[in-house]
Amino acid sequence: MTEQAAALRDGTGGELAGQAASRQAARNRLLLLSPALAIIGAAAAGPLLIVLVYSFLQKGNYAGVIWELSPDAWFNVFLERDIFDDTVSFADAHLSIFLRSLRLAFLATALAFLVGFPTAYFIATRPPRSRNIWLFLITIPFWTNLLIRTFAIMEILRNEGVVNVALMSVRILEEPIQMLYTDFAIAVGLLYVYLPLMVLPLYASIEKLDFRLVEAGYDLYATRWRVLRHVIFPLVRPGVVAGSILVFIPALGAYVTPRVLGGGKNMMLGNLIEFQFGQGRNWPLGSALSLTLMALVMVALIVYVRSTTSKGGEYG
Amino acid sequence: MVESVVADAAAVSAGERRRTAVQVQDVTKIFGTGEDRVVALDDVSVAVRENEFFTLLGPSGCGKTTLLRLIAGFDHPTAGAILLDGADISALPPFRRPVNTVFQSYALFPHMTVADNIGFGLKMQGKSKDEVSHAVDDMLRLVRMTELKHRQTSQISGGQQQRVALARALAPHPKVLLLDEPLSALDLKLRKEMQIELKRLQGQTGITFIFVTHDQEEALTMSDRVAVMNQGRILQVGTPRGIYDHPAERFVANFIGETNFLEADIVSAASGRATVRLSSGGTVPATAPEGVTPTGRVTVVIRPEHARLTRGGGEAPLSGRLENVVYFGTDTHYHLRLDGDVPFVVRMQNIRDNEEDFRAGEMLAIEIARNAVQILKD
Repeated sequence: MTEQAAALRDGTGGELAGQAASRQAARNRLLLLSPALAIIGAAAAGPLLIVLVYSFLQKGNYAGVIWELSPDAWFNVFLERDIFDDTVSFADAHLSIFLRSLRLAFLATALAFLVGFPTAYFIATRPPRSRNIWLFLITIPFWTNLLIRTFAIMEILRNEGVVNVALMSVRILEEPIQMLYTDFAIAVGLLYVYLPLMVLPLYASIEKLDFRLVEAGYDLYATRWRVLRHVIFPLVRPGVVAGSILVFIPALGAYVTPRVLGGGKNMMLGNLIEFQFGQGRNWPLGSALSLTLMALVMVALIVYVRSTTSKGGEYG
Repeated sequence: MVESVVADAAAVSAGERRRTAVQVQDVTKIFGTGEDRVVALDDVSVAVRENEFFTLLGPSGCGKTTLLRLIAGFDHPTAGAILLDGADISALPPFRRPVNTVFQSYALFPHMTVADNIGFGLKMQGKSKDEVSHAVDDMLRLVRMTELKHRQTSQISGGQQQRVALARALAPHPKVLLLDEPLSALDLKLRKEMQIELKRLQGQTGITFIFVTHDQEEALTMSDRVAVMNQGRILQVGTPRGIYDHPAERFVANFIGETNFLEADIVSAASGRATVRLSSGGTVPATAPEGVTPTGRVTVVIRPEHARLTRGGGEAPLSGRLENVVYFGTDTHYHLRLDGDVPFVVRMQNIRDNEEDFRAGEMLAIEIARNAVQILKD
């Protein structure tokens, strides 16, 4: 009887010790997370809250805000009121910028996939040692400042730039094509800047691909194209999704590239938002536009992830 | 080459009227260049007959899988040609060859159900939805997997995956089915079951099977004919019994089963038959390897179960001192030492009317069964 009691006591004692240990572990986890939580709180959640509040205030006359509740900013995101007769119409300028941003972000993502997939496939099928060299080469652009790289593209695309001069010297062109300060230039710039973000996740997926499945596809009468469509793409889908997200989101909110390569007249959302906080002196509208951009990204993400995961079904 | 053509012709005229399905002609396959150069196949020629269960047997790295991959079309020969029904297919990609493969790892598509896996080949051939679904149902019945039709491949066991891989490769009715060590991942019991299953499927479908394995027992139990390979060459082709009873080379004799090697001198030789004098014993009749007339000093092999121990002596061609007795249940192994310090093993079945009690240290006579002494080429 006493033995049993002792065992019981020991048991509960062990349990208590276990609880203490797990509490200790939870504390450690919190301690480890705290720097990240502090940064997210101070640099993301806090500012976002400020932006949210600002978007419901009135604009100040010389920038800043007047602390009075007002729906004007949200009204002005897509609509505008005529200053003479008070009629309401769509804000064409804003709409065209939204559409251009979406179009260019989609285009950049699609182009990045078309260029990035063969690149990633090539790297993933090299012998392991040379793979690292190729991956290293992919990261080289990150060593230079974005602004400088964008100016370099300017140098290539401008009327007296490399492309035009080369085409004219072999008499394919009589006079230079205007490439700089067009949507085309912005698309090229976005593609160039965000391509590595497509290549790296694609590479990670393709590298894990079991190439015996590719052989099985060939063996079962699938041509190269059909193996790509029915075997390789479904299996590397996680990489395609990750790469698309990583390119689409920053491309949609791009600022430097459209500013430099679009020449100021082909604005994207990033430029419009910057304009409202700067020359436009309309901070509430800038805030509302920022939040609209965020919402847009989130909706696009949800739709995209849903559509790509439901098609193939789950597999492990 | 000339010899093998003559041999084939002889075999055909001898009653083997089956047509050749796959003809491998003087195929050499070299991987890499310079220092990394590896000769995976060295001037290999072999003919696989229609509706035959043909096995490529050899240790790992002998080139058997390379040969299979060349027939499937995943690799292309450095020299030589591969003919299917008389037509050269060496240059065709795998998806243009009426040949399907069961992979060692099964290589089932993880993003498809069992049914979609089995129907994949037919779908790629452009068959209609109805045709595909009928064929899939037939295949599921054939491999007894109907109830798992809509499972994902990750939700079924290894043995079931094996059956799906088989059904997938058989569904398009290929002329030749290639099997790359398909049973090596299964446990012993399942492996035995699948051996029987494979034989049944081969008989039911009438498709030529080319089976790759390193397991000699698998090769002997399942095959119509076996090709023994080593170091990129085919050393001997024959029926399991022919290969086992009459190995032509030291490697073949060693790789398949246990064997006693003895030195001998040719006394006389004519048309496949010979008489040899064993170095440590008397004179016995022996079989010479096909197409070779042996002379001088040779090596002969005698399977342990083709010899028998007696106390009688008399006409027995060999005798030796019993060193060790190992009891195995169904049979007993007797390890002897002959004159000249040559080891010799005798295996005798433990049948009830044969319960002689041989003791270690005894001098015993060794009788040899008729037709059991085989002369090696080398």
